[in-house]
Order: sequence, then C-alpha cells, then structure tokens
Amino acid sequence: MATVRKGIEVSIALAEAVGQANVDVIAAYPITPQTHIVEHLAEMVADGHLDAEFVPVESEHSAMSVCCGSSAVGARTFTSTSSQGLALMAEIFYIASSLRLPIVMALANRSLSGPLSIWNDHTDTMMVRDSGWVQVFVENGQEAYDHMFWAFRVAEHPDVLYPTAVNLDGFILTHMIEPIIFEDNETIKKYLPDLKMKNVLHPDNPVSMGCFAMPEIYTETQMAREQGLVKSYPQAVKAWDEWYELTGRRYHPIETYRADDAEYCVVTMGSYGEAAMEVVDMLREKGEKVGVVKIRLWRPFPFEDFYKAIEGKKHLIVLDRAISFGGPGGPVATEIRSALYNRKNAPAIVNYVLGLAGRDVTPGDFIKILHEGKEKALKGDTAGYTLYGVRE
Amino acid sequence: MGMDKYNVFAAALVEKAEYFAPGHRACQGCAEALAVRLVMKALGRDTIVAMSTGCMEIVSSPLPTTSWNVPWIHVAFENSSAVISGCAVGMKALMRKGRVEKRDINFVAMGGDGATADIGMGQLSGMMERGHKAIYVCYDNEAYMNTGIQRSSSTPWGASTTTSPAGSESIGQNTNKKNMPQIAVAHDIPYVATACSSYPFDLMEKVKKATTINGASYIHVLSVCPTGWRIPFDESIKYGRLAVNSGVFPLYEVVNGKYRMTHKPEKFLPITAYMKGQGRFRHLKDTDIERIQQKVLDDYNKILKRCEE
Repeated sequence: MATVRKGIEVSIALAEAVGQANVDVIAAYPITPQTHIVEHLAEMVADGHLDAEFVPVESEHSAMSVCCGSSAVGARTFTSTSSQGLALMAEIFYIASSLRLPIVMALANRSLSGPLSIWNDHTDTMMVRDSGWVQVFVENGQEAYDHMFWAFRVAEHPDVLYPTAVNLDGFILTHMIEPIIFEDNETIKKYLPDLKMKNVLHPDNPVSMGCFAMPEIYTETQMAREQGLVKSYPQAVKAWDEWYELTGRRYHPIETYRADDAEYCVVTMGSYGEAAMEVVDMLREKGEKVGVVKIRLWRPFPFEDFYKAIEGKKHLIVLDRAISFGGPGGPVATEIRSALYNRKNAPAIVNYVLGLAGRDVTPGDFIKILHEGKEKALKGDTAGYTLYGVRE
Repeated sequence: MGMDKYNVFAAALVEKAEYFAPGHRACQGCAEALAVRLVMKALGRDTIVAMSTGCMEIVSSPLPTTSWNVPWIHVAFENSSAVISGCAVGMKALMRKGRVEKRDINFVAMGGDGATADIGMGQLSGMMERGHKAIYVCYDNEAYMNTGIQRSSSTPWGASTTTSPAGSESIGQNTNKKNMPQIAVAHDIPYVATACSSYPFDLMEKVKKATTINGASYIHVLSVCPTGWRIPFDESIKYGRLAVNSGVFPLYEVVNGKYRMTHKPEKFLPITAYMKGQGRFRHLKDTDIERIQQKVLDDYNKILKRCEE
C-alpha cells in the first residue's frame, strides 16, 4: 500500500479525508475555527476533485437540517461546526440521532458565549453530551485524519446507524501544521464500503420518518435509542482494530501512557493528552510513579475499559475543560466519580477545570496541578473542583 | 380507500389514489387537511415530503401509525425547507453517482403559517435563494392552531386569538398580516402562487405547474380553520370562497415575475360577507371593519395592477 507523509494543516488533512471517503453531501455554515475544513471541501468540489454537493446554508440550524434530509435519502453526509454553531443546531443535533441518521461531524471545539470567545475548550461539546451521538476525541492531526474514516465506518454500520461526532480542539489542532500520513484510496475503499441503508426516503418504498410519540410509546423509543447506542461499542472497537490491520495505527476506547505501574494518573480528553504524556515523562525521570489515562470514546462511555485502566491507582487527577455552574465539578470528573461510586478500592478523584477559552496550560502548570492534586488526594480534600489559574 | 364509490364525480380530472390517507386525526371540517389531500393528489406518488411540526404533522403521524403513502419526514418546526433541500441535493448526488436510478421526484416541503412566516422564514429564504428544485407549500390558517390559536405574523389585523385577545385595551391582533407570497416573489424564484382548498382545481393546477419548474416554487394556501376562526364545521368551503370573492385572499400566480389573477370574482363581495359569522372578528366595530375593507381593496388593487403590467 502506498502511503504519503506530508506536512499539512490538520483542517486541510481532515477535509482531504472526507473527500477520500467519497462523501455525497456537505452542508455547512462558516464559524471559527471550523472554517478551513469547509473552505477546503468547497474548493475540492469547485475544482472537480470531489464529486459531491456542497450546500452553503444560511445557518448552522439549516446545516444540520440539510444533513438530516440528505442522510435520510441515503447520501453520505458530512458537516462541521464549533461553539455557537453547535448551540444553534443543538435542536436538530438531538433529532438526528433519534432518526438514526449516520451523519458525520468534525466538531472543532470552542468555548461558548458569553463573553464571546473564539478559542478552544470543551464547553460546546458538553452541551450535546446526552444527544445520543457517538462521540470521540482525537489528540493530534493524524488521529483527526484517521478518525474521519472511522467515523463514517462506525456511523454507517447497520448495527449502529448513529450520527458520529469527532471532537478536535479548535486552533490547537485545527490550525496546526503537522506531518500526517495519508492512506491511498484503495485502502480507504477496502475499509469503508458504500453506504447502504435499509430505510431511506424513496418513492418505491414509502416510509414515514420522525413521527411523534404519545406518552404510551415515548419511553420505549428512548430505550431503543439507549440500547442502540450501547450496541455501537463493539463496532467502534472493531473499526479501530481493522484500521490497525490496514495502517498499523492502533486506537482504543480508553488509552493509557505509563499507567501500568503508576500510583496515580492524570485523566485527559483531547489534545491535552500529548502535553500530559510529556509531563509524565519528565516526572518519571524524577522517579514519580505517574501515568496518563486518556478518554477517546466519550459516548458510549467505555466503562469496563476505564475500570481496567485505573485498576489499582490510588488517585486520579481529572482535567475538565468545561464548567457545570453550580454543579459538583467538571462534566468528565462528575461522570467518573459517578462511575466509580460504590466500587471497591476506587481511587480518590481530584478535579481541575482549566484551559478555558484557549487559556494556555504549560507543562509547568501540569506539574503544579499533578503535585497539588496529589497532596489534595492524600489529605482527603477531594470535594468539588478547582478552577485552575484564576487571576485574583 | 372508501372514496372509490364517489368516482362518478370528476373521476377523469382528479387522481383517485390517496397519498394523504383518511383516518388521520384532523378536526371536523379542517380545510387544511383537505388542502394537503388535494396537493398530494396533484403531486402523485413520486414525491418526497418534508413536513414542519404543526397540525398536519401531529394529526398524520402518531407512532406507530401514519397517513402518508409517500416517503415523508418530519424533523422539527422551522426546518422543512432545509430538510427538503437536503433530500433534493442528496438524491441529486446519488443519481449522478449512479447509486440511485435516475427519475423525476418532487421534493416538497410543507408547513403552517407559523412555521413559514415566523420561525422558519430564514430557512425558507435559504431554500429559495439557493434555488433548489423544490416546492414549498404553506398552509395558512392564520394562527398557531396546533398549540391553541395563538397569533402568528400571518394573523390578520383585528383577529382575536389567545395571545392577541380582544379586550377593552386591545383590538385583538394589532399588526397587518405578513405578505409571504410577496416575500417569495422578492426572491426572484420562477414560480409563486396563492391557492385555497375551496378552489380545488385551481390549487391542483398550481401544484402541478410547480412540479414542472426548474427551481424553487412557493405556494401559499389559505386553509380555513373552523376551530380557530370560530365558524361552524360545515362552512369551511364557504368561508374559503368568501375570502377569495371579497378580495381578502386573491388567487394569483407569478411565473418568472409575470403576475396573473387565476380567479376573478364575478361579483366582488363586501368584506362584511366574509367577516360576519367568524368568532375571531366578532368584537370589531363598524369603523374597524371599514379600515379592513380599505386595506383589502388597496392590497387587491396592487396585485391587479401587477397583473396588468
């Protein structure tokens, strides 16, 4: 198999991947920092490099609505957005999963207003946590490229048929130039067959989609959604395994770094994983038994993988990049605390909310947080959370 | 279908198949359900419908039942125009790439006046501006009937609704009806028409014409609502006729910018003939009705003038 490795902006590589996936319809509305992704797709269509319909809609709400329509007729459909765009389309984001439409989205994570900020954190994606989409996080350009194919593959699998969002940190990833390995189209074709849905809108087989439900049946529809999303887990893993066989690059629902013999671990999601690994290397040199646990698959949450990853750890320092105002902690920490409650020998959880709206978090900050967090854990000071780096 | 025995009437003129099947849960005398039925007969089986949340969606699709004998999708309230845009481009791509066999399919979005003139107007504007080969049908019953007769921007001046109630300090609706057909015309789309289910052949001809247009079409259908207008259930057709023959709702079409009145009242009726008997106008004084009469004539003459251009 011929592969090419080139230095390229992550957004451009991601758009190229969507093109290689032979997408049929792209509907999008511009918003920073997603713009380079959709600009490049528009360019590919304009130059005849990609045989697809590019629909430049008048709002993100329409972007997701157009995606619902095109996916419902059986077309492979892609969109991308960030922040306020996601907030505006949130209504239809939820409905897309209830309609079991395998739309793929690149979600360039950015803070939510207000105040207005274009910079990166996870407040946008946490808003749609419970939407019923398959949700995954990547931490570098190669992962972003690879996960476009994975997302279509998982979303469109007949056992899954759920929209799938690939979260990548705005600017930190979208605007970074990185060396990325491109797979050839033959490999992609082998990995990603043409989309074939059983139920599509076509006059030869009329179906009604999006009927309304009375109380007697609504609960059952939600049970079906829950069971369906949980069932996507084995397909997600299988799709990663097959990608590994084809490319040699391996991914897991939960990933660890130097965690096997670690006494405590830092838990991250998204691009912070890379910084955390560097810091762990630095601390390991000084003899500290510390590791990293990275959540890649956010929905469906991989409980068993997570339990396995944190087995025997004394405490976890969980990093959140979103706030739940008036709540018990960041959304990631809250979930982990909930997942570990009543489990024997569960580690203590210390939660930091940090890096909001692009606030830089340096390796020095990481080291400070790890040491301070460890002390807190040893003292039993584990309630709530700390908003790191607030200037008094 | 039950209607077969009535074949003696206009059997050669009207499609017999029912694509909007009986058994739905619309109110007695609902002229909107009649309009949907006629529109579907004109469209035929090779049609995909995207429908906004509203009366027609609710009455036709309670899980696990459906009244739709064509492929039908409901996503939300404001976005049937965007959803049908997606269906149209998706099918276009699949046919071009050879994954779906080529054929002419009508892509039709439907919504009530709230979905069209209020919450979904930006999305409808997007559909028309992008020029998809799609038809948007607005069923205008002049208020949010599904949620209980609240005013919309399509409610006429003076009408009492549950959110524009008439009272000692209120005339009822105190704004003029938004002119959606003219807003559609301003998009320079190739086909815009008004219609009413009291004139079934005029309505069906317009829908059929829209299916031949290469671009976006907009059809605005006055749909008499006995429940919301507070009239007897068996007088919907009559009130539709009165609306047309008093000039309240002129039937016209605009083909590539060229206006044509498709129905000219033989005898132009005074506005009182239309308003009298409607509970929503019961509170109006003679001076209020005079004001409405003047506005109706002005608006009618504007359209008439454009037809003569």
